[in-house]
Amino acid sequence: MTGGEQLIISGVGGQGILFVTRILAETAIRNGMPVMTSETHGMAQRGGVVISHLKAGEFSSPLVRPGRADGLLAMKEENIALHRHFLRPGGWIVANASRVPAGLEGHLVHVIDADALALEIGSPQAVNLILLGFALARLTDAGLFCSTHQVIATIERRLGEKGALRAASLKALRLGMERAEA
Amino acid sequence: MSERKLLLGNDAMAHGLVESGCSVVASYPGTPASEILSGVALWRERYGVPMHVEWAVNEKVAFEIAYAAAQSGLRAATAMKQVGLNVASDPFMSAAYLGVTGGFVVISADDPGPHSSQTEQDSRLTAMSAKVPVLDPDSPNQARELIAAGFELSEAFRVPVMLRPTTRVCHANQDILPGPVAPSERTAAFVKDPTRWAATPVFRHKLHLELEEKLAGIAAWEPTAPRLLNPGVSSGKALVASGVAAAHAREVLEDLGLRDVIPLWQVVQPYPLHTAFVERLLADYDEILVLEETTGVMELQLADRHRVKGKRSGFVPEVGELSPELVERLVAAFAGIPAAPSVAPPTGGGRRPTLCPGCPHRASFHAIKRAAPKGIYPSDIGCYTLGLNLGGVDTVLCMGAAVSQAAGFYHAYKLSGQVPDIVATIGDSTFFHAGIPPLIDAVVQDARFVLVILDNATTAMTGNQPTPALGWGAGGVPTATVDMEGLVKACGVRFCRSGEPGNLPAFTALMKEAVAFARTDGLAVVIARQPCVVDRTYTGERPPKRAVRVSDACNGCRFCTTQFECPALVYDEETKRVVVDTLVCSKCGVCVDVCPRLAIEEVGK
Ligand code: SF4
Ligand code: SF4
Repeated sequence: MTGGEQLIISGVGGQGILFVTRILAETAIRNGMPVMTSETHGMAQRGGVVISHLKAGEFSSPLVRPGRADGLLAMKEENIALHRHFLRPGGWIVANASRVPAGLEGHLVHVIDADALALEIGSPQAVNLILLGFALARLTDAGLFCSTHQVIATIERRLGEKGALRAASLKALRLGMERAEA
Repeated sequence: MSERKLLLGNDAMAHGLVESGCSVVASYPGTPASEILSGVALWRERYGVPMHVEWAVNEKVAFEIAYAAAQSGLRAATAMKQVGLNVASDPFMSAAYLGVTGGFVVISADDPGPHSSQTEQDSRLTAMSAKVPVLDPDSPNQARELIAAGFELSEAFRVPVMLRPTTRVCHANQDILPGPVAPSERTAAFVKDPTRWAATPVFRHKLHLELEEKLAGIAAWEPTAPRLLNPGVSSGKALVASGVAAAHAREVLEDLGLRDVIPLWQVVQPYPLHTAFVERLLADYDEILVLEETTGVMELQLADRHRVKGKRSGFVPEVGELSPELVERLVAAFAGIPAAPSVAPPTGGGRRPTLCPGCPHRASFHAIKRAAPKGIYPSDIGCYTLGLNLGGVDTVLCMGAAVSQAAGFYHAYKLSGQVPDIVATIGDSTFFHAGIPPLIDAVVQDARFVLVILDNATTAMTGNQPTPALGWGAGGVPTATVDMEGLVKACGVRFCRSGEPGNLPAFTALMKEAVAFARTDGLAVVIARQPCVVDRTYTGERPPKRAVRVSDACNGCRFCTTQFECPALVYDEETKRVVVDTLVCSKCGVCVDVCPRLAIEEVGK
């Protein structure tokens, strides 16, 4: 309707989905876009499926309707099947998976084994940012509402006072970006 | 603060409270309302405004503390979830009659869906039966604005005002331009007036008459009147929506190309519905679609209902959330145009919620099942409700009911002979909230069961708020502490022992002792004490890390995955054995004592 962008970010509790959503939403605000996000709290967060809706642009409902999302960021392979119905025809999928699952025709699909990379750098909680870095680098043509540089700037602003965490977060993001080029 | 910020609905309301010169805020945590009070504590510190902000022991206490401030002429608020309002319903009903001097906003957050609640009840109905006006925001920003409107309304008519956000408002984030903060200049000035503040039934009759007059005035109060969101549109049909349903409807109208076809009225004050609006609605339109969550509260106030499509007429479902896709279908059907084909979500799949890897409750449930394998397990509200996956939870009713239900089961069985082992579980925060009166009752009535207080030193389910035992309050300020053992003993309990559930063999032995005591001697209390694994506020010691692996002795019996259900233990279909997912394992080491074949071992041992 509005030229805005609607994303679904999903995974399971404890994977830092809320953090990724917030980084993207704050980047949207810096870009002068109105933004709304909506996520799961409470019961479902305890190891269950966590889904977050992000809408940047002139929207009024906090939720994405099925068939309307421009993209799906899946932190676990199983979340692709669970939440693909939110995608519009032609919408993109970026997923943490070791290979491209079958049956995703009609969508632009990019996968990265972020679990393995996170273990490699000894930081299991980095999966979310590895995937985000990878997505940003791969989606330049698919037209994400923000650029890698803008996201880096948001992380730097947000974690400015937390030196070690900021460094680790940016390292994870860059690792994902590098692998996107490989 | 003059830049747009991404704020959670609850934080936006918190900012609204601080912006409005609110002086006292008290709350008990409950999803989806929990972050309101922590937000207030944060803004209070950020702006350096003098306020009393507290996590009260329960909602009734929170309500009464804030209400007294409003009786003293200050602006005050209390925040809770819809089932929390049930706990505070006693003072809520009375406060409407007695009224206020300062502004008083009662935030009661509803959970249509329900995502993390026992019921889908509509707080607006409770407000209606209490005769308290309600405001129903559609977004985080409107929730913030309606706080200010609520205080004005409250002070203009001297009544408590309810703000009723829902999960999709509380837990949505929006870019918001917060308003300036001006600290209140008021000082508490309670004016004695016993005929009002301590009114006997005779005076209550008079107060009721006054309240009815106030409500008539509120139903004509311009600032909260319904708003036509697309002015200039005329049609025989009209949409009337409140809360987040109004936000969905706005977007859906646009997408369906109906923005210039069907007028959309947003009602921000669903009770009392504005009298002039009701008249106009029935005069101007032949057909009216009412969209609101969860109950048809506006609909109930519309006379001439045969022209109204809504929950009463069966057009709108009575149960569940009004999702935007559902709103799209309803609006299309109402307009008589085809809706986009609905896209069905996949059925099944996904993971069910479970206790975190390394959660001490998982160990407690395991020990309980070992000590009383044929027992009845009443439980309570909190993370440990998830113990039902483990077969350690048989009942969940409401806050504190684990204790009274355990007593009830005892008395019921005792009448007819054989009493089974009964092991009830309750969290530390829930125990302070509603567990003490039923414990006293159980002791006095000689009910014999084991009560396990799962003391993880926090209110975990709602985001790790403090309990009275911890010595800190909202915003981290130091407080006095209450000693749980002392409290239990003072209730007359003779067996009160604590143990660390992560030490499974020792804790299981303690549980067996408690079960034996309960069979012969009376009520036994075990305090299962170990910090929550995800609590970042916890500063004390934690048990040492014990990394584990699964050896070749594993025969894939799946005892550990079905009976213990740690998310880090994964059954591998290919090898037909269990492996440890090191990405999620918290290295608590408890599973070493769970596998009957001793196939799980500590690394390096
Ligand atoms: S680790 Fe032990 S309990 Fe788990 S499947 Fe293997 S043998 Fe069974
Ligand atoms: S040590 Fe065992 S019980 Fe503890 S988190 Fe790891 S796999 Fe789960």
